[in-house]
Amino acid sequence: MASPLPRWPELVELTRHRILTFLRQPESVFWVFAFPLLLSGVLGFAFQGGDPAPSRIGVIGEAQGWAARLAMDPSIALVRYATREEAERELAGGHIDALVLAVAPAELRLDPSRAEAEVARLRVLVALGEIDQGQLTVAPVTERGARYVDFLFPGLLGMNLMGTGLWSIGFTVADMRQRKVLKRLLVTPMRRSSFLSSLIGARLAYLAGELALLTAFGVWVLGVPLRTSLFTFFAVSVFGAVAFSCLGLLVVSRTKTIEGISGLVNLVIVPMWLGSGVFFSYERFPEAIHPLLRALPLTALNDALRAGMIDGAGLGSMLPELAVLAAWMVIPFVLALKVFRWA
Amino acid sequence: MPNPALRATGLVKRFGALTAVDGLDLELGAGTCLALLGPNGAGKTTTIEMLEGLTEPDAGEIEILGRSWATHADEIRERIGVQLQETRLTEKVSVLETLELFRSFYRNGRDLAEVLEVVGLTDKRDARVETLSGGQHQRLSLACALVSRPELLFLDEPTTGLDPQARRRVWEIVDGFKGEGGTVLLTTHYMEEAEKLADDVVIVDAGKIIAQGTPASVIGSLHAESIVEIHPRDGTADHLVDATLLAMPGVSEVRREGAALTIVVTDTQASVGALLAHFAQVGVELESLQTHSPTLEDVFVALTGKHLRG
Repeated sequence: MASPLPRWPELVELTRHRILTFLRQPESVFWVFAFPLLLSGVLGFAFQGGDPAPSRIGVIGEAQGWAARLAMDPSIALVRYATREEAERELAGGHIDALVLAVAPAELRLDPSRAEAEVARLRVLVALGEIDQGQLTVAPVTERGARYVDFLFPGLLGMNLMGTGLWSIGFTVADMRQRKVLKRLLVTPMRRSSFLSSLIGARLAYLAGELALLTAFGVWVLGVPLRTSLFTFFAVSVFGAVAFSCLGLLVVSRTKTIEGISGLVNLVIVPMWLGSGVFFSYERFPEAIHPLLRALPLTALNDALRAGMIDGAGLGSMLPELAVLAAWMVIPFVLALKVFRWA
Repeated sequence: MPNPALRATGLVKRFGALTAVDGLDLELGAGTCLALLGPNGAGKTTTIEMLEGLTEPDAGEIEILGRSWATHADEIRERIGVQLQETRLTEKVSVLETLELFRSFYRNGRDLAEVLEVVGLTDKRDARVETLSGGQHQRLSLACALVSRPELLFLDEPTTGLDPQARRRVWEIVDGFKGEGGTVLLTTHYMEEAEKLADDVVIVDAGKIIAQGTPASVIGSLHAESIVEIHPRDGTADHLVDATLLAMPGVSEVRREGAALTIVVTDTQASVGALLAHFAQVGVELESLQTHSPTLEDVFVALTGKHLRG
C-alpha cells in the first residue's frame, strides 16, 4: 500500500512551483505585500497614534461656563453650534463624538454603539470636574437618523453602487474582449456608442432591483430613515450608478484580462472605501485633503445619500455633489470612447 | 477584371521590426472564391483584417465592393459578412438569441429560420451556445456572418481545429453561398480546403505572395507529373549523390529532409524505374517509396522549403 506521507523531492518541487507562480504575478504580490502596508498606512493616517486623538465634542449654550472649561481641555476638540438641529445632524453624521447641551436641563448626548462615545463621555466628565451628577444627564441617542447605523447604511449603499458598477462592467467587457466578441461586433455596422450605452443601460436595469432590495432592508429591518422623496433618492442613486459605470468603462478600456481588471478595479475601489466616508467620516483625515476627498465620486454619492436619507435634503441642496458625480460621468465616458481598445 | 468585389494594392503592415504584410496585391472577382493559403505567421490574418477594416494598413489601397473604408465604412459593413478566427460567442445565450443580436445591427436582416436551415442548426435554435460542439459553434459563427445576406464573405481559417466531418459541413455551407452568387475570401493553411473551395489561390509566405492562380495552374507551375517520396533504410543512402539523381530521366528536382528524399518527376514511369535500378546498384534499401499527384502543399514546399503545417 502506498504511504500517505508526502515525499521530499516532489514536495519541494510542488512548493517551489507554487512560490514561483505567485512571484511571477506582480498583481498577486501587490495584494499580499504592498496592499496591506498601504491599507495600514491610510488607516494609520486617519486614526493617528501617538497622543490619543482628541474627542470632537459639540456644545450648545454657555451655562455655568461649561463651554469654556471644555475648550481648555487638550483632550477635547470643541465645536460650538448655534442651533440644536445642526448639532444633532453633525452628531448623527459622526462628525462629532458627543454633544453637550449646556442649557437647562443639561444633557450629554452620544451614540453608545460607537466606540468613541465612551471615551468622549469620560473626557467630558473629567473636563467639567466637580459637577453635581444630577446636573448632567447622559442621554443615549436612539432616534432614527442619529445612530451609527444611520450613518453607516447610506455609505454601504454607495459602496455597493460603486462595486456593482465597476465589477459588472469590468468583467463583462474584459470577458467579451478575451473571447474576441468585441472585435466581432466591430466588423458589423453596430455603432460603438450603442454598445457602450447598452452596458450602462443594463447596469441601470439591475440598479432598480438592487436599490429596492437594499433600501427595503435598510428601512424596514435596520430602521434607517428615508426622509427625502423617493424621486430624489432614486435620482441620486442613478447619478451614482451611471458615474461608476462610466468609470468602469474607463477602467476596462484597455485591459485585456480578467486578472488585470480585478487589480485595476480594486485599485479604484479600495482607496474610496477608506477615504470616502463609508465606515467612518472622512473628517478624520487632515483638513487639508478634504477638498480632494470630496472630489471623489463615492464621497459625493455618500454625502448626497446621507443628506437625502437622514436630513431629508432635496436635489437643490445637493448640487455640488451632483456636479461632482456628473463630472465623473462625462470625463471618464469621453476618455473611454477615445482610448477604448476594441480589437 | 471589370467590377472586382475586392481590390487591394501594395498592402503593408508592420508590427515593430516585423513586416507582417509586405506589399500584397489582391483582386477578387464578384461571384468567385479566393483562398489565401500559407503557414501560420505568413500574414494571412493580418491581411484579411486589413481588408475587413479592423486593422489600418501602413501603406496600400483597399477597395471593397467599389467603396473605400475611409469614406464608406458603414456601407461596407452592411454589405460584408465576416467570420473571425477564434471568436467564442457568449455562452449563456441561445443560438437564436445570438442571431437576433447580430441581425439587429443590419438594416436588411434575413429570416432567421432560413439562416438556421442553411447552417443546419434548426433543431439547436434554443440550445445555449455553451452546449454546442466545435463544429456547431463554427456553423453558428458562419450564420452570424450570413444574417445580413452579405455580398462578400470573409472567412479566417473557418475549419481550423474541426474534425473532417465538421469541416465538410462548413464547406457545404460556403459552397451554398457561392452557388447563390456570393463572393468569398478565405484564409486557410489546409491545401485541401483551398483546392475544394477556391477558384483562385494566393500562396503567401512571410507577408509576400509567392504564387497565385487557379489551383490547377499553380500546381501546374511545378511542371511535375508526380512527387516521389522515398524513405531509405537507415545508413544505406549515405552515398547517394543529388547530381546523379537529377541526371536521371524525368527527374526535375531533388530535396532531402533528414534521410528522406522528395523527388519531383515529370515522367513517373521512367523516373521510378531508373531510380529503383540505381538504388539496387549502389545498395540503397528502401523503407518505403510512395508517389502522389502534386498538390498545393508540394508547390509551397518547392517554393519555400517549408511545409504549410508545422
